[in-house]
Amino acid sequence: MSSPLIDEAEKSETTGGDCLRILTRKDFQSPQTVRWCPGCGDYSILAQIQKILPELGIARENFVFVSGIGCSSRFPYYVNTYGFHGIHGRAPSIATGVKCANPDLSVWVVTGDGDGLSIGTNHVIHTIRRNIDLNILLFNNRIYGLTKGQYSPTSEFGKKTKSSPMGTIEQPIRPIQMALAAEGTFVARTIAADPNHMRQTLEAAANHRGTSFIEILQNCRVFNDRAFEESSAGKDTKDDRILLRHGEPIRFGTGGGRGIAVRNMTPQVVDLESGEASVGELLIHDAQADSPALAALLAALEPPEFPVALGVFRNIERPTYDELMLSQIAASTVQRGRGDVAKLLNSGTTWEVD
Amino acid sequence: MIATGGKELVQVRQATVRFAGDSGDGMQLVGGQFADIASMTGSAICSFPDFPSDIRAPAGTLGGVSGYQLSFGDERVTTPGDAPFVLVAMNPAALKVCLPELQKGGIIIANEDEFTPTNLKKAEYESNPLEDDSLDDYRVICVPMTRLNDEATAASGLSKSQRARCKNFFALGMALWLYDHPLQPLLEWMMRKFQRSAEVMAANAASLRAGHNFANTAELFRVHYQVARAKLPAGRYRRVTGNEALALGCIVGAHRTGRTLVYASYPITPASEVLHELAKHKEFDVRVIQAEDEIAACCAAIGASFAGSVGVTGTSGPGLSLKAEAIGLAVMTELPLVVLNVQRAGPSTGMPTKTEQADLLISMFGRHGESPAVVLAAASAADCFHMAFESVRLATKYMTPVLLLSDSFLANSAEPFRIPDPVSLPDLRTGWDLTPGDFAPYRRASQTLARAWMAPGSPGFEHRIGGLEKEDETGTVSYDGENHAKMVRLRAEKIARIASDIPPVEVVGAEEGDVLVVGWGSTYGAIAAAVEQLHQEGHRVAHLHLRYLNPFPQNFGQTLGRFSRILVVEGNCGQLRMMLRSQFTASFFALNKLDGRPLLIREVRTAIEELLKRE
Repeated sequence: MSSPLIDEAEKSETTGGDCLRILTRKDFQSPQTVRWCPGCGDYSILAQIQKILPELGIARENFVFVSGIGCSSRFPYYVNTYGFHGIHGRAPSIATGVKCANPDLSVWVVTGDGDGLSIGTNHVIHTIRRNIDLNILLFNNRIYGLTKGQYSPTSEFGKKTKSSPMGTIEQPIRPIQMALAAEGTFVARTIAADPNHMRQTLEAAANHRGTSFIEILQNCRVFNDRAFEESSAGKDTKDDRILLRHGEPIRFGTGGGRGIAVRNMTPQVVDLESGEASVGELLIHDAQADSPALAALLAALEPPEFPVALGVFRNIERPTYDELMLSQIAASTVQRGRGDVAKLLNSGTTWEVD
Repeated sequence: MIATGGKELVQVRQATVRFAGDSGDGMQLVGGQFADIASMTGSAICSFPDFPSDIRAPAGTLGGVSGYQLSFGDERVTTPGDAPFVLVAMNPAALKVCLPELQKGGIIIANEDEFTPTNLKKAEYESNPLEDDSLDDYRVICVPMTRLNDEATAASGLSKSQRARCKNFFALGMALWLYDHPLQPLLEWMMRKFQRSAEVMAANAASLRAGHNFANTAELFRVHYQVARAKLPAGRYRRVTGNEALALGCIVGAHRTGRTLVYASYPITPASEVLHELAKHKEFDVRVIQAEDEIAACCAAIGASFAGSVGVTGTSGPGLSLKAEAIGLAVMTELPLVVLNVQRAGPSTGMPTKTEQADLLISMFGRHGESPAVVLAAASAADCFHMAFESVRLATKYMTPVLLLSDSFLANSAEPFRIPDPVSLPDLRTGWDLTPGDFAPYRRASQTLARAWMAPGSPGFEHRIGGLEKEDETGTVSYDGENHAKMVRLRAEKIARIASDIPPVEVVGAEEGDVLVVGWGSTYGAIAAAVEQLHQEGHRVAHLHLRYLNPFPQNFGQTLGRFSRILVVEGNCGQLRMMLRSQFTASFFALNKLDGRPLLIREVRTAIEELLKRE
């Protein structure tokens, strides 16, 4: 038990032999050959996950990765833990069953914008609403990749794809706003092109008790290159991103020269350097606010008018579904005693036949 | 006939009674209590409630009639009865709805106070049937129940409207006198049931006694009946409905596996009571998930099984359609999964509260790809317990989905259940002697062909499974054609081998002969009674009831060969018959019941008789 990264609370929860030695990234690499397209953002996400898992103080056998269908959903095959590659859209439901059966497990759902926001949207919403202690990684590349290039629920209005040659006629769904509407207790957005930010966000998610929902903006080199303009490598991104920090004024741009203020109930980009506004007027990020209203406002900021906000929108503490489930079981057991099959079968009106 | 206090006591072997009234009249409650008393006095019983699907239809209307029918008597009672001999009608609508099924010469006990012009109009009567000659074929006993109940409960201190609610017990008191049943067990039950309110208890007890005394003294009742006792196997009994028994079977089955039960379900008629019952028993560490939909429920059960619990999901027809893809996932991942399907009349929303047996083929084949699964069917309410237990046994031993078919009739009907000694039930623990270095997720046990069930949390056994085709043994993803062919055959062979691990079929009646009636599920009682009658009358007929539909028991085909004609009786257009014709060569005939109601003894009898008359 020598890892300095394991804090006392987590130590007591680890079980099995593997926690006795320090795990490394290698322990989480499965023998399967990774088969995503060259340059796919999935590689970067996999690498960051394999980096943080050994540092969580959880024994390898207590991790479960569950996925649905799509490029992202191949993920479990590449992580050397327990894994379940489910059916399209249903990973959150399978994961719910896993977590309820054994709340000691660290459960991770890997899904995409098609899997998690189209065929399986309702499961994502209900999982978040229940606040089951698991982590949902939603890889958003705004396209159906595995089926070779149809528009997805997050594709921009008017986007031309194989199934929308004249452009889509649908408004995209906003994943963060959806998660906030479901009263998500941990809602974050990160970007595959920024490994450090992604790593910090994933660590924060892993340490949250309750459902952690992380939208990971990601490129699809083959079917939707430059899916997010901000993700294109080499570009100066300072003017296009807000990095959210709890308790701090919202600033962005080179040297933090610009910021977001709310005037007439609407957010506005203000220039601090020209004296258009002072720091005191800027919106201060509060990820711990009980109301998700501010988080929703930040989540709605979109290019070209606004930069994209990355980081943790909301991080609050509420009892988890699995805790509440176990506490009801414990209360019932105290009240009635541990289940006795003979007593159960003989309950109600009974009579004897000789 | 024995004379008691000027009244005749007539011995009968069986009796069928129906209580009918408005949805709010408490008919289900008194019906259930009558069933308990009849059971305790040594009768076999079978009961069936018939309530409207509306939450509460307008009072007094035909759509709002709630009925509870039961048959009781000697051991030959296996159905709620084809036709009631006694009808307790609390209002004109109840009389109108139930009269067509009443035996000619039967008894109608009518609450004459409710036969008001308004209520008659609501029941669409043009004249009062108690006053015209329309009921001449029956013995009509008019009782002012509302008034007599009001008088009997006047001293209770309850309001008039509260007291009016006691009149179901007045009716019950009369019915108990009519069948020479004691009041004492019911009074004791009331002490427990209404212990929070002495006034309510006193009023109900007063009404019950008043009803009993009225029947005993009034000139209106000249005869009462003593029903034969049943020769049931010795033991302790309780009354169960099919849905209660499913829940109990799952709890006890999971308990015997030494694992947690996770029940994930979405509310649906007529399966919801299983969810309610299991939600009550958290002290057994039952983890109940009310999922957002049928698919989520099935997937959560599969996830729970992956994590080492006994994953069970429950539903009715429309839900089964939705679960199809997920059940296929359980076939591919070879995980235990129990799917309880309480069938109702379909297709689509169909008739949610009416019974049917038309989900056999979807259970067998309603998944894409070659997707074999175990299919079982419970024969009676009490049998739901045994088959739920059996479902858990087969699912966990063979690492397979098991679909257990019940139906709306079994779900709600009640019968005596001989309480098993839990210690006598099989130990369902499964274990694999494996070492971490030498583990492959799809390596199979040589006899059962089951793969090892290694749940997350076991160090050294980390593995990935999923819906993609698996390489034999290693379980890695494989698109190799020959491997796929092999895996398809292995999955089929695993299910086929279960035939040697289930009880052989039994034939009741003639060992060989002219007609063998083959049934499955809730048609059991009616077939058993009809075949017994005809066999007693000297016909060479027999009954074979299938509880295992996939695979069939090993001796099934050979048994069919002992009869010249096979009559397949089922609540659909011939689904089992289609399966039989594809596997066996015999002369198959059909009796198909499609009216949403439980099968009647006389329907089976007529079908057999017609077949016997043929060349």
